[in-house]
Amino acid sequence: MKRKLNLNKVKVSRQVQIAPGVFVLSFPRPWDFTAGQVLGIGAHATDEARLYSIASGELDEEVDVLFNINPDGKLTPWLAKIVTGDNIWVSEPFGSFTGTAEPAWWIASGTGIAPFSAMLRTGLIAGKKLIHGGRSLDSFYFHEKFKPLLGDNYVRCCSRDSAPGIYDGRITKYLSTLNQLPANEKYYLCGSAEMVVEVRDILIEKGIPFDNIISEIYF
Amino acid sequence: MPENKEFLFGKTLAELTEIALGLGLPKFTGGQLAYWLYKTDIDSFEGMTNVSKKTQSLLAEQYEIGVQPPVNVKESTDGTKKYLFRAGNGKFIEAAYIPDGKRHTLCVSSQVGCKMGCLFCMTGKQGFQGHLTAGEILNQLRSIPERKAMTNIVYMGMGEPFDNLDAVMKSLELLTAEYGFAISVKKVTVSTIGIVPAMRVFLEKSKCNLAVSLHTPFDEDRRRLMPIQNVYPLKDVIETIQEFDIGKYRRVSFEYIMFKGVNDSRRHVNELARILNKVKSRINLIRFHPIPGTPLESSDEATIADFQQALNDKGIVTTLRASRGQDIEAACGLLSTKELLKAQTTD
Repeated sequence: MKRKLNLNKVKVSRQVQIAPGVFVLSFPRPWDFTAGQVLGIGAHATDEARLYSIASGELDEEVDVLFNINPDGKLTPWLAKIVTGDNIWVSEPFGSFTGTAEPAWWIASGTGIAPFSAMLRTGLIAGKKLIHGGRSLDSFYFHEKFKPLLGDNYVRCCSRDSAPGIYDGRITKYLSTLNQLPANEKYYLCGSAEMVVEVRDILIEKGIPFDNIISEIYF
Repeated sequence: MPENKEFLFGKTLAELTEIALGLGLPKFTGGQLAYWLYKTDIDSFEGMTNVSKKTQSLLAEQYEIGVQPPVNVKESTDGTKKYLFRAGNGKFIEAAYIPDGKRHTLCVSSQVGCKMGCLFCMTGKQGFQGHLTAGEILNQLRSIPERKAMTNIVYMGMGEPFDNLDAVMKSLELLTAEYGFAISVKKVTVSTIGIVPAMRVFLEKSKCNLAVSLHTPFDEDRRRLMPIQNVYPLKDVIETIQEFDIGKYRRVSFEYIMFKGVNDSRRHVNELARILNKVKSRINLIRFHPIPGTPLESSDEATIADFQQALNDKGIVTTLRASRGQDIEAACGLLSTKELLKAQTTD
């Protein structure tokens, strides 16, 4: 069935596997966008587009898309086989889960890190704290970019593996250990519905007004 | 003989006919199967009395009927019943039967859990467990004793129907087709939070009614309540609806849960009147029944009455949904979440 998200052909300039089953796909940037926005991707112009957050910065020459293979999905198993020079179909960027220069907490699980990568690469790092949850040590995508710029304000929470400098447990466990959270800052949440709902409940329980919690859910 | 046999219930006439032909049976067997699956209560091939014994055996070798009874039912003092169905691996889905005089409504689920994460929703707290098939959606109707009395079907249970579009569209065909349950499209309503591309497909291909969860006319407020607003803002939802000939053949309504101090002011009335000015629709106000851990409260009765009157005064047909089944946790997601937690504790 056709979903009318208009898709245009772009040529893929690069595809890199950055972790088992996780890829960054790049193509020359055909439009302007705001860090945090999403785009639709399909294998053909008439396809059902799936939505992905852009992971690159607003002024970068290429658009980066972070995705993992969903074995039951229609698109990602195909997308994972794409090589330089192949065509994919993308929509224009849209969405309002966008970053600002104000201090904020960024909370992500898995590939939900993508919009925060875009914000970081756009220069929106002052006053930001990033908490990223992953199952294994190789799921902290783009850590090489976040760590130097955010330092101690970059917290990785790993639920299955242990390593020095990595919090041992899920994001929810980490947040529960924090005594005081700034109530007047914004909290941006991105990832699975389960993580977003659980984290939002914890934040509300800790006195954060729900007005200050902005969520993006992957579906 | 296959161990996990495919279910016939939930297949369209075209699919049933294809199965019949594939088994070397006459084409009309597809129609016979549709009759027995969707017009009767039989739960075995032996009940298909106009199908030969040989054909019954042939079908039974590879297929099952696929109708699953509910595992639990709770009945409210007001007659509302909440049915609980297994959805595999310790998960549950719910359907609510709501009798109201001559009107008998069944509220069905379309997914196990939900991905949408709305702030006010209990189902969202389960996370997302999976999509239901068309058969699993319609099993909620087929397997309950009130089936034949049912006058209205609403897709307002667990899950976002338009996040499971193909199964929902197939279930709508089975519900409304002459060969299926033959329920009028005017008696079927699909409720969505507004996934625009899928909603457009629904509006193009189905004549059933549409309900949109609105809950506030202001973008910034709405994205606090409903993360979907980030990608499919209300403005796009309304513009898409306006592209279609609404009102003559199909009813569009906007669901509006009343939250104290959040969306119940005169400012909200004015903005609702402004954005819905050109949409032939109605607003359905709903009292909020608090869920654990929510920061939201329901508006009080006087505020709700004033709000309803103010909208009516603006020329927007506005109704107030009666609260039903409060003593049996009829709000979607409550009962199944309890069962899920129970199952997890037992594991």
